[in-house]
Order: sequence, then C-alpha cells, then structure tokens
Amino acid sequence: MKSIKELEEICTQIRRDILRMVHTNNSGHPGGSLGCTEFLSILYFNHLKHNISFEMDGINEDLFFLSNGHISPVLYSVLARSGYFDIKELATFRKLNSRLQGHPTTHEKLEGIRVASGSLGQGLSVAIGAALTKKLNNDNHLIYSLHGDGELQEGQIWEAIMYASANKIDNIIATIDYNKKQIDGSLDDVLPMGDLKAKFNAFDWELLEVIEGNDLQSISHTLSQAKEMTGKQKPIAILLHTKMGNGVDFMMGTHKWHGNAPNDEQLASALSQNTETLGDY
Amino acid sequence: MEMKDTRSGFGAGLTELGKKNKDIVALCADLTGSLKMNDFKNNHPDRFFQIGIAEANMIGIAAGMTIGGKIPFTGTFANFSTSRVYDQIRQSVAYSNKNVKICASHAGLTLGEDGATHQVLEDIGMMKMLPHMTVINTCDYNQTKAATIAIADHFGPVYLRFGRPKVPNFTLENQKFEIGKGIKINEGKDVTIVSTGHLVWEAIEASKALEKIDISAEVINIHTIKPLDKNIIINSVSKTKCIVTAEEHMLNGGLGDSVAQLLSREMPAPLEMVGVNDTFGESGTPRQLMEKYGLTSIDIVKASKKVLSRK
Repeated sequence: MKSIKELEEICTQIRRDILRMVHTNNSGHPGGSLGCTEFLSILYFNHLKHNISFEMDGINEDLFFLSNGHISPVLYSVLARSGYFDIKELATFRKLNSRLQGHPTTHEKLEGIRVASGSLGQGLSVAIGAALTKKLNNDNHLIYSLHGDGELQEGQIWEAIMYASANKIDNIIATIDYNKKQIDGSLDDVLPMGDLKAKFNAFDWELLEVIEGNDLQSISHTLSQAKEMTGKQKPIAILLHTKMGNGVDFMMGTHKWHGNAPNDEQLASALSQNTETLGDY
Repeated sequence: MEMKDTRSGFGAGLTELGKKNKDIVALCADLTGSLKMNDFKNNHPDRFFQIGIAEANMIGIAAGMTIGGKIPFTGTFANFSTSRVYDQIRQSVAYSNKNVKICASHAGLTLGEDGATHQVLEDIGMMKMLPHMTVINTCDYNQTKAATIAIADHFGPVYLRFGRPKVPNFTLENQKFEIGKGIKINEGKDVTIVSTGHLVWEAIEASKALEKIDISAEVINIHTIKPLDKNIIINSVSKTKCIVTAEEHMLNGGLGDSVAQLLSREMPAPLEMVGVNDTFGESGTPRQLMEKYGLTSIDIVKASKKVLSRK
C-alpha cells in the first residue's frame, strides 16, 4: 500500500515515462495515457490484488483489462514500475522486435497482458468472459477494465453492457475514461453520447462517478466503494471524469494530443513540469 | 445409407465432451436448437451461456473465458461465426491465441431456402488467412462428432465448419480424428479427387461413375484445410499426375486455392476446381442449389474428364 505522497511521485515518474516513450518514436498516444495515469497507478499499487509473477490464467488474483489499447504507454509504464518487467524495456516501445507493441498484445508474451486490444470495443466482452470463468472456478477475485468514452460508440460495448446486467455479472468494475474527447474532436462534435449516467442506469448497472478523476484520493475512495458493491447481483461502472493530457500544461484539455508526440522542445517543457522522482528508464 | 446431419454430430460430440471434461463451456447466440446444443445445455446448465443475438459479444466473452482455463465452444451459423465477427476473432482470439473453438453450422449453400444472406461461401478463406487458426470442415455425422471431441484436446483457436442438411453418414462410428491428416478413401491411379465437407460424398459417387468408364479415381477426404496434409496430396498426385478439388465454398480462398498453391510450388500438375465461382447463392432446396451451382458428383465427373484431357 502506497501513501498518497508516494503515489504522486510514482505518477510524476510515469508521466515522464509516457512522454519519453512517445517522443522517442514520434508516435503513440500521450493524451489519454496522461489522463489515466492516476487511475492506473492507484489501481495497480493500492487496489488490485495481483501477482507480478505473471500467469496467463490469473487464478486467485484480480485481473485488469485495458480495452482502449492505444493508451498502452501508461499501462506499460505502470506494469514496469509495478515490477512485471524491467523498466529498461520501456525504451523499446514501438520499436522493431519489441514486446511493447504500439497496442498491447499477448503475442510477444509481455507479462501483464492477457489479451490484445487496440481495435476498440472488444475489452468489455473479454472482461465479462474472464468474470464468468472466475465464477465457475469459485475464485472470488475481481475483474477490472478500462474503456475510452469514445469507445462507447462501438456497438459491441452495448451488447456487453446488456449481457452483464442481464446475467448479474457482479464481479466486474468497468471504468470509463470520461475525458469527453476523441481523435476528431470533442465527443459532442463527433457523436454526442447523451447522458451516459442515465444510459448505464437504464441498462441496470450500478454507476459511480468520480468528478475529480485525476485526484488520487477521489479515485481511491470510489474504487473502495466499488469493491464494496461487488457481489450484489449487479455490474459496476465508474464514470471517471479525467483531463486528457493531465500534468502537462500545454497538453491538457485538448484532443490535439490524443495521438501526437511532442517534439524536442515540447518534451523539454513537459519534463520540466514533471521532475524525475524514481529514476528514468 | 443412414442419413444424418453434421450439426447433430457436433451436438453429440459436445454432449460427450461435457461429460468428460469440466472445463468445456458452450456459448450460443440464440440458435441452440439449430446447433443441436440442447443436450449440453440441459446436462450442464452452469456451463452453458446463452448470449442472445450478439455474436461479437459472444466471441469476446469466449476469448475472456479461456483466461482461467475454460475451453469455450461457440455455436451459431457459419456466416455469423465468421464474416460478422471477423475483427473480434482476429484480435481477441487469433492474435491473442486463445483456446476458443468456433463451431459453425449451416455453412455453404445447403442450408437452402434461407438464401444468400445466410449462405456463407467465404468462411474457409477468411479463417485460413488468420495466423494461429486451425480450419476444419467435416463430411458427415460421425466425422463431425469425432472432430468436435478432438479439437478440445488441441490448444489454440479452431474453426469447425459443418452444415444443416441430412447427408449420408458413411465414415466409421467412434473413429479417431487426427487434425491435419487427410484420409484416403479409395486407391486410384488416373486422377486424384480431394474434397471436403459435404462434397466428400459427391466425390465418392463420382469415383463410382468414373469407374464405370474405366477411370480410376483416388478419393481423399481433406477435413483439415489448415494445416493442410501436404504429403497425402503430393503422394497421390505424384502417381495420378492430375487433380480435382471439390468443396461447398467459393473457389477463391477455399480448399482448391490451398491445393493450387501447394502444387504450383511443389509439383505442378493439371488442376480443376469444383466450387462456387465468384457469385452469391439463392433460395432453393439443397439439392437444387448443388445442381445449379455445379457441386454434384456429375460436376466432379466432368471436372475429372477435363483434367485427364489436360495431362
């Protein structure tokens, strides 16, 4: 269990990792990665009951699935900083022969990844499948998943949402990264999603909301609340209001950094706002 | 000859698997009766998952269920098992190398009256192009039952294709099914006929007709299109020097396409292909459709004569 102060240091270091990883290749997705840094850090360091000696079957441990695979930089950094693999490997992100593919994959046998993601909309179904197997195995551990808000435009997500409540999948906590932005612009410009809270409620999910989705204490509080609500015949969703590009002033609050890497000058400015805490890879 | 549907062979195989392996789970997208999954459902309600009409979700759930050691068998029509969910299979099953068995009924034209919206003729091609995927198309009830049981012991994604109509049940009961091993049905010296699925019976009928006109055909049942049993084909063609392929599938991407690739690389020889040529199907009885689209023993005889003339 890490203190909030320790987690803040971890998050600062993860932000540096993300920025350096995408800068090196001039490719990758920093915006969503930065926006979910606090969530994934506190999940992996304080809430997820997981074994870093990775087994694909994940028996007797909580499992996490990243459905919006393009925010792979934050997941890779969190996994490395949690001890799944050496942080030096972060330097291979998106390079030829790397296990750290542009989007996460099991193909290269990277510890911590249990399914490929990147083509959007598939992760909730996979998470539900893993949740069903937990129940069949009488394994009381939980399934966590993370999805983009724009990702909810995919039809398969709603198939999965409908299935989970109808079948009382109550060992799953699905979080939506609600930054209200996608590649082409704001959600409202691209395809207004309406009242997501009402939609989840209408589909008979329990819905929790974190208004300050980049505040460690708020996230932690809601994750604890969500865990308490499991096992009660309903799936649980968390609407996590985040700021895309959080922690870097010129990247915050705009969709422009969804899939663009900073140049040398921009990197220097971004890193100066996030000074090294745990040592760069 | 006893007439039985291949989909009932799948149902029987699944029933047997359910009894002997507690890790087998079955998922269906609102076609339990059509897929003959009712026995499994009734015997193991805790291991049967009715997904509803949501095939993409079914494939994703199946992929997730493998995490923790389950062996999911998904069941729906071949069209909804493949073209409808290609990306879900590609990313969550094939690329992720998940131990999912995609079991597909009503393949090809012979589902009959429902027409072309349901008559997938491209599925073998789509599935064989996916890395990690094993592709099997069985010929009768007994073989489908044996294949269903066999694929549970094979780790990795499998596409198992079968059909709707009752067809002759001519292979041995309780046969051992070996993935990737073709079966020589009869010896011949003039022409090799390799066929898969419902067309294996037509190939046998064709060989009898050819025998009457003194043409000796060697009939091979290729139930596994990927990995292809290269040896059995090369060994036969090295003797007969010509070959006919027969399948209830599009010529592009099917068994004939795989055989053509093999021969052109390793043993060029005259080849004729019996299959559907770049067209959609339509409503009709299975027999009418087989005749109209050129998938009967008569068509295989014609193709055999033609390929012999090219030797």
